[in-house]
Amino acid sequence: MNLLPWCIYLSLAGALLSLAAGRRSPAAARWVALLTAAAAWAVTLLAAVQFVPGSSLQTLVDLAWIPMLGARYHLAVDGISMTLLVLTGLAATAGVLFSWNIATRTGEFFAFYLALIAGVYGVFLSADALLFFVFYEIAIVPKYFLIAIWGSTNREYGAMKLALYSFAGSAIVLAGLLWVYAAGGGQSFAFGELTRAAATLPPHSQIAVFGLVFFGFATLAGIFPLHTWAPTGHVAAPTGASMLLAGVVMKLGAYGCLRVALPLSPLGFAFWQAPIAWLAVIGIVYAGLVALRQEDLKFVIGYSSVSHMGFVLLGIAAANAGAVSGAVLQMFSHGVIAGLLFAVVGRMLYDRTHTRRLSELRTMPIYRLLPFAAAVFVIAAVASMGLPGFSGFPAELTILIGAWNAAHAWAAVAALGIFIAAAFTLRAVQLGFFGGAREPEAEAPPRGQAGTPHYGPISLPEKTGAVLLVAATVLVGVRPDLLLDWINPALQSPLFQAVLKGGAP
Amino acid sequence: MNSFPLLSCIVLVPWAGALALACLPRLGSAASRVVTLLFSLSTLALGLVVLGSFDRSSASYQFVESHAWIQSLNVHYHLGLDGLSLLLVLLTGLLGPAGLLASWKQAQNPRFFGLLYLVLQGSALGVFLALDFFHWFVFWEMSLVPAYFLIKLWGGRGAAPAAYQFVIYTMAGSAFLLLGFVAIFAATGTLDFPELASLGASGALAANLAAFGGYWPQAVFIGVFLGFAVKAPLFPFHTWLPAAYAEAPTGVSMFLTGVMSKMGVYGFIRVLWPLFPGQLHAVAVPLVWFALGGAVLGAFAAMRQTDLKRMVAYSSINHVSYCLLALFAVSAASGESAPGGAAAAAALSGALLQMFNHGISAGALFFGIGMLEARSGGRRGIGDFGGVRSAAPVFAGLFGIAMFSSLGLPGLNGFVGEFLIFRGVWGLEPWAASIACLGLLATALFLLGFWQKVFHGPRAGAAAARIADASGTELTVLVPFAALMLLFGVLPQLLTGIFNPLITAWNAHTFLP
Amino acid sequence: MNPTAYAGLFLALLPEASLAAGALLLLGLDLSLFRHRDPALRLRLALWTGAIAVVAAAVAAWLGPRGSVWGASFSLDNLAVATQVGVLALTLFALGAVRGAPTPRQPAEYVAVMLFAATGLVLMAAAQQLLLVFLSLELASLSLYVIAGFEARRPESTEAALKYFLFGGISAAFLLFGFSLIYGVTGSLELPAIAAKLAGGGATPPFLLALAMVLVAFGFKTAAAPFHLWAPDVYQGAPAPSAALISSASKLAGFVLFTRLLWSAAGAAQAPAWFPTVAAISAASLLLGNLAALAQTNLRRLLAYSAIGHSGAMLLGVMAAGRFGPAPLFYYAFTYGLAVVGAFGVIGVVDRAGGCESIADLAGLHKRSPLLAGCLAVFVLSLAGIPPLAGFFGKLSVFSAALRLGGVAGPAGLLSILAIALSAVALYYYLIVLKQALVAGPVPGARPIKVPFATALALLGSAALIVWFGLDPNQLLGVF
Repeated sequence: MNLLPWCIYLSLAGALLSLAAGRRSPAAARWVALLTAAAAWAVTLLAAVQFVPGSSLQTLVDLAWIPMLGARYHLAVDGISMTLLVLTGLAATAGVLFSWNIATRTGEFFAFYLALIAGVYGVFLSADALLFFVFYEIAIVPKYFLIAIWGSTNREYGAMKLALYSFAGSAIVLAGLLWVYAAGGGQSFAFGELTRAAATLPPHSQIAVFGLVFFGFATLAGIFPLHTWAPTGHVAAPTGASMLLAGVVMKLGAYGCLRVALPLSPLGFAFWQAPIAWLAVIGIVYAGLVALRQEDLKFVIGYSSVSHMGFVLLGIAAANAGAVSGAVLQMFSHGVIAGLLFAVVGRMLYDRTHTRRLSELRTMPIYRLLPFAAAVFVIAAVASMGLPGFSGFPAELTILIGAWNAAHAWAAVAALGIFIAAAFTLRAVQLGFFGGAREPEAEAPPRGQAGTPHYGPISLPEKTGAVLLVAATVLVGVRPDLLLDWINPALQSPLFQAVLKGGAP
Repeated sequence: MNSFPLLSCIVLVPWAGALALACLPRLGSAASRVVTLLFSLSTLALGLVVLGSFDRSSASYQFVESHAWIQSLNVHYHLGLDGLSLLLVLLTGLLGPAGLLASWKQAQNPRFFGLLYLVLQGSALGVFLALDFFHWFVFWEMSLVPAYFLIKLWGGRGAAPAAYQFVIYTMAGSAFLLLGFVAIFAATGTLDFPELASLGASGALAANLAAFGGYWPQAVFIGVFLGFAVKAPLFPFHTWLPAAYAEAPTGVSMFLTGVMSKMGVYGFIRVLWPLFPGQLHAVAVPLVWFALGGAVLGAFAAMRQTDLKRMVAYSSINHVSYCLLALFAVSAASGESAPGGAAAAAALSGALLQMFNHGISAGALFFGIGMLEARSGGRRGIGDFGGVRSAAPVFAGLFGIAMFSSLGLPGLNGFVGEFLIFRGVWGLEPWAASIACLGLLATALFLLGFWQKVFHGPRAGAAAARIADASGTELTVLVPFAALMLLFGVLPQLLTGIFNPLITAWNAHTFLP
Repeated sequence: MNPTAYAGLFLALLPEASLAAGALLLLGLDLSLFRHRDPALRLRLALWTGAIAVVAAAVAAWLGPRGSVWGASFSLDNLAVATQVGVLALTLFALGAVRGAPTPRQPAEYVAVMLFAATGLVLMAAAQQLLLVFLSLELASLSLYVIAGFEARRPESTEAALKYFLFGGISAAFLLFGFSLIYGVTGSLELPAIAAKLAGGGATPPFLLALAMVLVAFGFKTAAAPFHLWAPDVYQGAPAPSAALISSASKLAGFVLFTRLLWSAAGAAQAPAWFPTVAAISAASLLLGNLAALAQTNLRRLLAYSAIGHSGAMLLGVMAAGRFGPAPLFYYAFTYGLAVVGAFGVIGVVDRAGGCESIADLAGLHKRSPLLAGCLAVFVLSLAGIPPLAGFFGKLSVFSAALRLGGVAGPAGLLSILAIALSAVALYYYLIVLKQALVAGPVPGARPIKVPFATALALLGSAALIVWFGLDPNQLLGVF
């Protein structure tokens, strides 16, 4: 367990090594990146195996850092962080596999990539608000460069929008955090201390502080109406980056809402709970409806990410044990599923067909030309729809139960979102992959025949990545208790208990 | 209790077959077909094994398997079998292989077809055997995916929109169903069907739901109701059906009409009725009207079709509506002093019998139409044929048995179910029975018209040229089916013996507090 | 006078002495022995001499005597010594930048004047007596005017120097007038004595007038709005190493000096009389600096406006220094200095390789010189305040101190919130710079840039310090 902080250090080391290896050859950089990502993931899995779920954060490292500010280098883990750490490792490894074909400035690509991952690991391990914030911001700059240099559609605009929104969100969070910190006499950035400090503020200030911190984090989570950066940014990003951005980095925002904002001020939360929940369900439905009208397949997935994150936010807003555990489960589930979706569309499909427009794809029988891609996309699509048997179902079910217990109307509108998700996902599947000739012919047309597109086979890294992700979503779909047994005890901690009301058992 | 997991095998063996097909990408066409057929037959084999050890005197669940699964949601892996489930398992065991044989030579890429078909079969079996909402819902939803692809990729010209509409409608219903169960779980803390049934019977469930206040209890009922109403389908939620059944390839149409529609009826009987007896009773009369609508209008619509498959599709709506009519009539009448007694028993028995018998006969009908379609080069309009009887007498004879069974001719299996339903409904809600007779009339009319135009008269259309009589493969399906139709027509007690105690038990408390 | 007293004074002033000696030695050598040698050799001589002088001065400052010197004329406390070492480090890096920039026509004079400027700045850090303050300030400023205008061939350089001189002269006049008023009111020139006198009396109108004048000079020195008008032109026109020194060391020393002045002279009152004015200046600087930088296409002007914005933030540190000590301000100012000296170092090298006026001139830097691009990234991100670089912690310590002054409701708190908000705006223009350097491809015909060893060492050194002080801020903050 004590090796767990090494996931951060390994990733950082890997970033530097990739940069150096990239000077020799792109292949060297790739292998360095893969080994590093896999090693960091292995560290988290090892810790997961040894992990004993408990209600409090289990400290890994606690050193004095900036005594003048009262900040400590304090790393700790609980069930919620454990879940997300494992997700990060998985998404990172799969992302490296799906970025195997990056040929220009490969070393720099993986350097930025691993730096981003290091920041993400750091956020999930931080138990000091300043340290949390530092890692959170570390993750911002690599995002910009990953998209601006290696991206596709509208990449400079998408990158800038994404970076600025993220930074603006974090600036708002910093304002709120410093406000509370100062009110507490500037002694400590520990979560419990900040909560105590917040309690000394007058009610209006508490409401304002909570609003600042929550909405600052929720911006990165894609809360409506601050979500517009997400589809643009994720579409512009290269595949490996989209997988990570939509899959894990958006969860940073939700994690911040859960870990930092939620316990900060029960009074503030009580004021904001209903607006947040309504914004979340509106986001679920609205993003789904917009996805239904998109022409670019990647945009469909981008909006579907916003819609799924709406579920996470709803779970957090409902603030009972069931809903929040469902939210964390959904964070994991969507992380995997979004990774799959972007991987297929970006890497397997776009890199070969060079189009993502549904109006063009529907004329091509992709399912015969790229059967593996179609199969994986179907699996990802049905998982995304919340089909039972995959990880999305237990997550959404638990959130719905929790939401119902909080306010029936929220659950009802959210259930509508499930239906809309089915509609746009199915449309994407149908138009994107199953267009072309109506009847399957005797066999797929011989390769290389005049007029028939000839696509390269799906490479081994792609297949490996896909298998990893599919296995994860099926495993969690069939055995969600593997994760819920970690998450539920963590919600028993005093900080959460002060905010969580009763609810589903 | 937890001895050899026979029920899990029933569900998982077809899926194992699908996995095997997935892992053998280079399997040839013939081998794929054989593998699929073998795995599909496993259901029948295992079903007969179960039948052999089934205790016909007990009304409780047998072969129960129960394991803790997800503690925090109080979810258990819970499978169990009673008379109703056994009936449907046997039905699936019969229709599964039959559907495969229907598309034996026609399906392209048989490995993929077989894979999807086995997943579908396994899911359907899971629906009939699962007793905890969590994995019941897994199976319920899981059946949609292979069905969608089977219709879309091997279907007719209008397959794509038909498949899309089918999935969207059903998923909409499922979304409501899910929400309803979310609320039920919130109210009671359990998702286990037998537990919920006892809560429903004692009135505790209704009381817990009433705690939600406002219109939410009714909304929950409507949610659960809609999920099943779309699947069965109950008029007016049936609009997806004709296109889907018609555009699907033959084998899939057989499975859809024989098994998947029964999933909806099963849901009504297993879930909606025990959990919401009071609410069902409160709206039973309007529901009876809906069922009547389906029965009568379905039959009349069938009369007006020229596409033979659509005709049988509408006729399916009609036949399934009889089952629902019986159920709703029993529910409507269950407030009175003696809970229906013999009439209710008759209606319920009839409904169960009808489920089984309709599956057989409708399956055979679609099979026959498929044969006609194959011989005419893809045409299946009623005007495309004439005088088939003289061209293919064996086929005509066997097909005729199916048709007359569907019509309800005494001596064939279709008669018993319908008769019991009518007898029961007449005893409970006489006016409904009278109106339903119109459906019988219309059914008779269109089926006889079908028989006359296609099989009698001068040879015309596709039959003008030489058409082959039933081949060996086709006879493998037609003959046993015909035999079963005759057998169960003459000896219905073979079937009723399976579920009689169940009917008695249902009748005894008819789920009203 | 007592010889030992003079000896003590000499020891205390050893840093300044070594700098001045170095400058004079350099001038002498260049005029005599090296007059007719080639410019490269003369440059090397100048840089070596300068570097040795600076390092010797730094060692002397670090190891030298502490405490009050010469009857409270100088005070070599922690703040002073730290500032001196900081200024000298920045000067050293600026010298490294000289090596990479286009070679000045008279390298020895150039470096010598830089050393003189350093002398003045080092003296400013320790001065406690008003005349010495003025003296050191003028020494530094005059030297800086000269090196700002050193590239006489370029009209912008001359214009820059002229503007700088005019503004500077006026502000020096203000300062002197203010000092004389202070003397008139309190009857003393030493800061501790002034503080003692004021503690009893309080703020009388003449004193307030004096304070206002001091603030004007302060605003000019630190390029705070509305006294900033010289900055864009000077940053644009001056040769890169000059701009480096002006923007880094001069700012550091200036802030420290005026912090001392304001807090000592005006007493450690809870909310001194100059608070509202400084708050207003801070707000104006923050807004003007950040918003105007958005519109810039010239890289150096962008850095100038960003400097104005940073001054606004540092003024918060000044306001908080009374209660929370000078540590936040020092940390911010020094790490800011490291970042700009490095940035101008990069600009100098690119200038030599083909010109560096507009931001677009940086295009493709990652291909032309990965070293420059990487270092520039560190510098710019530190300016933007991205952790784990030192710039972030500088801002953090200043803002948290300011917020603790009076909560969010107080003026300092509100300014902190404003500054945090504007940092999001600032990220935009910093990313624009990095976009050209790291994302965009080079213009056709752009050749790779070779960075001289000394400059590379300086750039890497400042980048490494930024990273180190960012990872472990306590190294600097804990000094106080």
